[in-house]
Amino acid sequence: MNVVIFGCGRTGATLALQLTSMGHEVTIIEQNPASLRRLGNDHTCRIVMGSGLDDDVLLQANVSQADYFFALTRGDNTNLMAAQIVKLKYGVEKVCVKVADPLRAAAYRDMGYHCINPSSLTAGMMRDWMIDAPYQTVDQYNNLVTELEI
Amino acid sequence: MYMILIGGGNVGLYLAKRLLSGGHEVLLLERDPRHAQRLASIIGSENVMVGDGCEMLTQKDAGFGRADVVVAVTGEDEDNLVVCQMAKVVWHCDRVLARVNDPSHETVFEQIGIDDTVSATGIIHALLEQQIRPDVMLPVGALAKGNLEVVEVVLGPRSPVLHKRVRDLVLPPHTNIVYILRGEQGLLVHGDTELEIDDMLVALVSRDHALELRALLEP
Repeated sequence: MNVVIFGCGRTGATLALQLTSMGHEVTIIEQNPASLRRLGNDHTCRIVMGSGLDDDVLLQANVSQADYFFALTRGDNTNLMAAQIVKLKYGVEKVCVKVADPLRAAAYRDMGYHCINPSSLTAGMMRDWMIDAPYQTVDQYNNLVTELEI
Repeated sequence: MYMILIGGGNVGLYLAKRLLSGGHEVLLLERDPRHAQRLASIIGSENVMVGDGCEMLTQKDAGFGRADVVVAVTGEDEDNLVVCQMAKVVWHCDRVLARVNDPSHETVFEQIGIDDTVSATGIIHALLEQQIRPDVMLPVGALAKGNLEVVEVVLGPRSPVLHKRVRDLVLPPHTNIVYILRGEQGLLVHGDTELEIDDMLVALVSRDHALELRALLEP
């Protein structure tokens, strides 16, 4: 598969290395050269320097040919905007977004975006570890997010 | 009308002041507590709230649910996009307006249904493009759908309106001279304002009357 990952933080770098080791083609978009050290010295990812909100950068990353796009920077809004640009403007169907704010993740999930919220997963898994229960599915952990009373 | 502004920079503060003096209920949301304090000392603490306008709990406390208009004017397009999108989708606010800093982002705002955007960068670019041409009258930016144009006219030595007061000009209908740049100084225009050579006039004019305005100001 052809995969574009926006953000070479801990999550982005880990995912990139996992996917390249499985034989997928991975392009990483990253603004900060120092973040690339997380990939080690002998990775096979293609690197495009810049922001995933920038058309020039997205074109250079050849995002319209991507099968999957992951938005994994530490900025929720950056991730959410990049995901929408890539989906609406470049026609990428499979888009996955990291959203740190559980409520924002839930809101965009309702709008049809596949949002992963690390805190609800971590908290749910820790709870299950404590009560000696088997780990649940992502959807089940997502549903643990406190419902906001509007 | 209840208007919520997100982003207490120069744009947000200016809008808040103007809207308050227009008698509207205004809440200016600012993330940085120290800056929010400064804003509160200018427009009153009842009109300022500290918080991240992208957080749903902040939106709830700010009263997004009863807002007539939500205006996002931070310096970050992604923040403005998310605020407006959540105002529309989560809080069902019909009228949202976003500042777009990078004009290439405008299409995405449109595609997700945020029709009203203002791009200062785009306007400045249009202005620079026009500067290269010899036109005396420059459309600075069309105000979307309003059929209004912001135009800029520099008064030359042969302009028939030199030394006249603004109240004595016979302006075309739907025309308003709003601002004069005189040397380094910007002036808000009153009826008594007297026009001088090299004044740069900024006017709002309906598209149909732009030519009449030009005829009035140029020889």
